[in-house]
Amino acid sequence: MAEIREAFRTSPFGKAGLVIVGIFLLLAVVGPYIAPYNPWQTADEIEDILAPPSWKHLLGTDELGRDILSQVIHGTRITLIIGLSAAAIAVVVGTVVGVTAGYFGGAPDAVLMRVTDSFLSMPFIVLAIVIVSLMGRSLGNIILAIGLVQWTQAARITRSQTLSIKERVFVLRARALGAGPFYIMRRHILPNVLPLVFANMTLVTSLAILSEAFLSFLGLGDPTKFSWGIIIRYAFETGAVSIGAWWYFLPAGICIMLVVLGFSFISNTLDEALNPKLRRGQVVV
Amino acid sequence: MALLEVRELTVLYPVAVGLSAFFSHRFLVAVDRVSFSLPERGTLALVGESGCGKSSTGLAVLGLLEHVRGEVLFRGKDVLKMKGRELREFRRRAQIVFQDPYESLNPKMKVKAIVGEPLAIHRYRAGPDRVGEALELAGLSPPEYFLEKYPHELSGGERQRVAIAAALILKPELLVLDEPVSNLDVSIKAGIMNLFRDLQDELGLSYLFITHDLADAFFLSDEVAVMYLGITVEKGKTEVVLSCPLHPYTEALLSVAPGSRKEKLILAGDVPDPLNPPPGCRFHPRCPRAQTECAAEPPPEIEVGPSHWTRCLLLAQGKRHDET
Repeated sequence: MAEIREAFRTSPFGKAGLVIVGIFLLLAVVGPYIAPYNPWQTADEIEDILAPPSWKHLLGTDELGRDILSQVIHGTRITLIIGLSAAAIAVVVGTVVGVTAGYFGGAPDAVLMRVTDSFLSMPFIVLAIVIVSLMGRSLGNIILAIGLVQWTQAARITRSQTLSIKERVFVLRARALGAGPFYIMRRHILPNVLPLVFANMTLVTSLAILSEAFLSFLGLGDPTKFSWGIIIRYAFETGAVSIGAWWYFLPAGICIMLVVLGFSFISNTLDEALNPKLRRGQVVV
Repeated sequence: MALLEVRELTVLYPVAVGLSAFFSHRFLVAVDRVSFSLPERGTLALVGESGCGKSSTGLAVLGLLEHVRGEVLFRGKDVLKMKGRELREFRRRAQIVFQDPYESLNPKMKVKAIVGEPLAIHRYRAGPDRVGEALELAGLSPPEYFLEKYPHELSGGERQRVAIAAALILKPELLVLDEPVSNLDVSIKAGIMNLFRDLQDELGLSYLFITHDLADAFFLSDEVAVMYLGITVEKGKTEVVLSCPLHPYTEALLSVAPGSRKEKLILAGDVPDPLNPPPGCRFHPRCPRAQTECAAEPPPEIEVGPSHWTRCLLLAQGKRHDET
């Protein structure tokens, strides 16, 4: 814990990441209460259709006269829910697979790691497209699809960490006490891999947000919710780019970029604190 | 009946040698047909250099290693064949204290969790008072001061006492002490050694005491077995073996112990590669008294006195006695 605090204290990127992610998390919580309009509410006046930013609509309106700022604010919650839940699924699946493979070794290890390799060898976006098209375009399915293609990294990381921890003497001591494999994995291995899992989760969150934007842009998003990816999709469908309606797609795009950047900064800083090869004052080999 | 009776214990480690590891394993014989018995309330010291197989013997006795042959009879039952409930009961009755208290305690657990862990594993419904009792037994008082601490907040001696408290909490009968004081400062070491002695009187424990320090073995043990390259070269009552050693290896070990007044016998060369042990007597390449026939075949174990055994061809032929 001390190393993590120290890393964030000394790294401007780490601090920036915390600030960015903090702001967006706050926005996700209070967003619906501070959004100026109902994002679904269409305009009655013709001049409110695809209107550029004005004092009435700070970020303009879309082709139905709906307020873009409200859409983006509402989208924050959906996007972060997708990103964090998908990342949670990914690290839980990855940790279970990695710790099991690493602790038992032998045949279970070989089988689980070959499965991991086969997931790794497939382009994940293609896999996610297949899963969503098969199961349907709902929020839950998108989360599941992204989670199921992003777990391989966590599995690799936890496996290698487990391999080193299981040789530690306190694990041998627990075995001598009569502890079973599941007890040892839960009480001795897991607490020692958790920091790494957590660092990985921040990275996977940013990947998941990108994947969601990607899937939504391809028309595989949940059409009943506003996520940033969906907004960009609608902008694309309307031809906002060709008619120069930059206020339609730019805000959501910038938000995606900022959040991904924020999570990546946090993840890099955590990595620096936890990964012995990246510690300060040491040569990176 | 002895509490622990070890017969022909052999410990193998698979060795990966290049590509061939892919197809078959070569085995390193870390412990080669070692036999000894440990009476109730007794202490047997296993002494020898590092790599001689004494720690492997300790772990094998607790059934913690794979590729083990022979028999380990705990109250007449073979530990190596135990399963399920029987093994669980054995795990309660036999505990281990490791050399390095920095490594043997999980850094993420508080003292109360570490000491209480055996209770949790064996599903005892006992509260914090039992943890406190164990800490006091191990000489950590007042226990409240230690309960909420993490291992890194304690000194080396205190950590080892925490490990001892955790080993005692299930009221075991056998303790394997795997170099328990080797990593401690001399000043702290004496306290821990005295603690082991007091605990034995108080709780009726039996110790399998693994050490490379002959003075420690002399202090704590009734019997001693000297190991070299996986075999026991000499064993017997501690006073007898350590006061008049018969095997040249024991003699050499004793002569270089601190405080020894004998002429120092510095052995030539290094311990041979255990993957290719020398033929005949394993000690002959370094033995100051080696004869040509020592390389021919391994010497048998012979009884040279009342419960005093050794493996040396010269003693078998009576030549050694002629000399002295």
